[in-house]
Amino acid sequence: MIASLFAQVDPSMLRGGDVAAEALDSGIAQVAGPSIDWLALLPMIILLVGALLTLTFSSFLKKREPKGLFTLTTVAIAVAAAISAMPMWARVQGWDSLLWWNLDQSQTGPFSTAGGAVGIDGFSLFITIVLCLGVVLAALLADSFLRRESMTGPEFYVLVLLSAVGGVIMAMSNDLIVLFIGLETLSIAVYVLAGMNLRRVQSQESGLKYFILGAFSSAFLLYGIAMLYGATGSTNFADIRDFMSAVVPIHNGLLLVGLVLVLVGLAFKISAVPFHAWSPDVYDGAPTPATAWMASGVKAAAVAGLVRVFMLTFPNYASTWKPIMYVLAILSMVVGAALAIVQSNVKRMLAYSSISHAGFILMAIQANSANGTTAAAFYVAVYTFMVAGSFGVVAIVGRKGDGNHQLSDYNGLARSNPWLAGSFIVMLLAQAGVPFTAGFFAKFLSITAAADAHAVPLAIIAMVSAVISAFLYLRIIVSMFMSGGDDGTEDVIDRSKRLHVPFAAGLAIGICVVVTIGYGLFPDHLLDPARDATPAAVHSAPPIDSLNLGAAGSTSGSTTAGR
Amino acid sequence: MIEYSDFVRQYLTVAIFAGVGIGLGAGLLGIGKIFRPTRPQEQKYLVYESGVDPVGSGWSQSQIRYYIYALLFVMFDVEAVFMFPWATRLETYGVFGLVEMLIFVVILALGLLYAWRKKVLQWA
Repeated sequence: MIASLFAQVDPSMLRGGDVAAEALDSGIAQVAGPSIDWLALLPMIILLVGALLTLTFSSFLKKREPKGLFTLTTVAIAVAAAISAMPMWARVQGWDSLLWWNLDQSQTGPFSTAGGAVGIDGFSLFITIVLCLGVVLAALLADSFLRRESMTGPEFYVLVLLSAVGGVIMAMSNDLIVLFIGLETLSIAVYVLAGMNLRRVQSQESGLKYFILGAFSSAFLLYGIAMLYGATGSTNFADIRDFMSAVVPIHNGLLLVGLVLVLVGLAFKISAVPFHAWSPDVYDGAPTPATAWMASGVKAAAVAGLVRVFMLTFPNYASTWKPIMYVLAILSMVVGAALAIVQSNVKRMLAYSSISHAGFILMAIQANSANGTTAAAFYVAVYTFMVAGSFGVVAIVGRKGDGNHQLSDYNGLARSNPWLAGSFIVMLLAQAGVPFTAGFFAKFLSITAAADAHAVPLAIIAMVSAVISAFLYLRIIVSMFMSGGDDGTEDVIDRSKRLHVPFAAGLAIGICVVVTIGYGLFPDHLLDPARDATPAAVHSAPPIDSLNLGAAGSTSGSTTAGR
Repeated sequence: MIEYSDFVRQYLTVAIFAGVGIGLGAGLLGIGKIFRPTRPQEQKYLVYESGVDPVGSGWSQSQIRYYIYALLFVMFDVEAVFMFPWATRLETYGVFGLVEMLIFVVILALGLLYAWRKKVLQWA
């Protein structure tokens, strides 16, 4: 019996050797590289090349760099990357002209390039632009912070840019392996960012914690990818989608295990509840601008990953993954809000509230509809500004040493720094979901998406948890209006105790406030792009003929999720 | 009898190999354990340091410089891992493969350049 097992040699195993022999006979057989649309990859390339050049040139600087040089470079690189995504957006949406520039495009609609590894669609471009804006905010917040903490140098900015490259790769991924590469590029840079403040023990602790747990979750994700490949025979999203719509597997154990492992890996990155334990410690320990980037950029990229894997690739397995995400959403919203209340450290409070926000985003994703994608995209965009602004204020109030994050450190802020306190109030109210702020529409959209998908209990729990978390935001606001001890023994806080608000950080917080209120008053300006940000599973230009599954083979065979 | 798919059948080979490997190691060590004489002496249980008596604790601190060198070494170690298979089939990849590898090497070289400018390579 054992002999018969070994006797079966797969003839296809020998084929590689034949090709090599033929190549030797007939000169040299060329392997054609995939055709690459460089214009489509431009945001990624600008961020990557910008980061590498900044690092290289800075190492040749003889003296210490001029004040704010790297902040300016980083902002310029990120803005250039965001702008370079605009022509692609116009192409994907099929616009005739972009501003004054007549496009005259022959090809419109979502497309795939680099041999089907990269998918350019509305959703990936939307998240790309959100990530670039996150980089701008993080760089502006970091400027004065790094000087205050004597962490000057290009490294912080370069790492933020490199992790943004990873995020963009994740957002544009059309293949599970590309998704994993993006996630690793993103994560490894952020591990270092978290542990960058060498003078603070908590920072190094958080870097180590994040690294060990993050590596663990990456292993889960990779194992899940291997399972999915085993179950479907491909790592390409479009191919898997076609395979799943054509084939009903009798034994789907491998597939289910793969799906769950991938979900674990991505849920860790957005810190959804059973996988959240790292986030308060890491958010608290990391340098505050790095925390702002983690809460905005990393979360946006991980949400992109979730949308692409689950909504785009496995829509007809929704009955399997939806209940899991349903539970994750409930746990994240309730546990995040409840644990945030009992904290006395503002940074930890915001970390727990970010867990709660992750629950809202998961709720939008589990709707598995066009409304759900819109809500997730809108939420991520708005949350980037809300959370970056909040951590910007935290960075300033943290004072030298980045250690004053207790609730009592905020006492009297409304009196000493009325503008700073006012901005913080706006951002906190927006996170609570108060009307006339963008946060309200973000919550409103995801709750409607859930309700439309017949998940009414989930929507009700979301509303209750929004009320619970409103208490926590109000608690911070109240502490800003308290001045010292009630018994009058402490000094009255007045303008003389005001904190210095550096220009760049003030600018970033100002942008966040303006955007938060602006999109709260005119949500349509963000809602329209968010509606257009639909993910699409697209085959590469010559369809892969190994999966000849009827209708799925046409060259522009795009299938849009949820429509 | 259950019919195994080819996929599972291939893994049976792995399982047999793993079983034989573990069995061989455990068996030989076990036979040694049964037949060898045991005369415990204190010297025999010292940490083996190539014949020299060990000094101090095993948890001594070492120079961080080694770590940085190791990191730089790993960088080029990994580069070599990717370059050998590429070099054997370079002719089939053509210009595309050459450019791809050049990009890869240049990015790694920038890392080395940075390390050099940051005086990581000086043993001081």
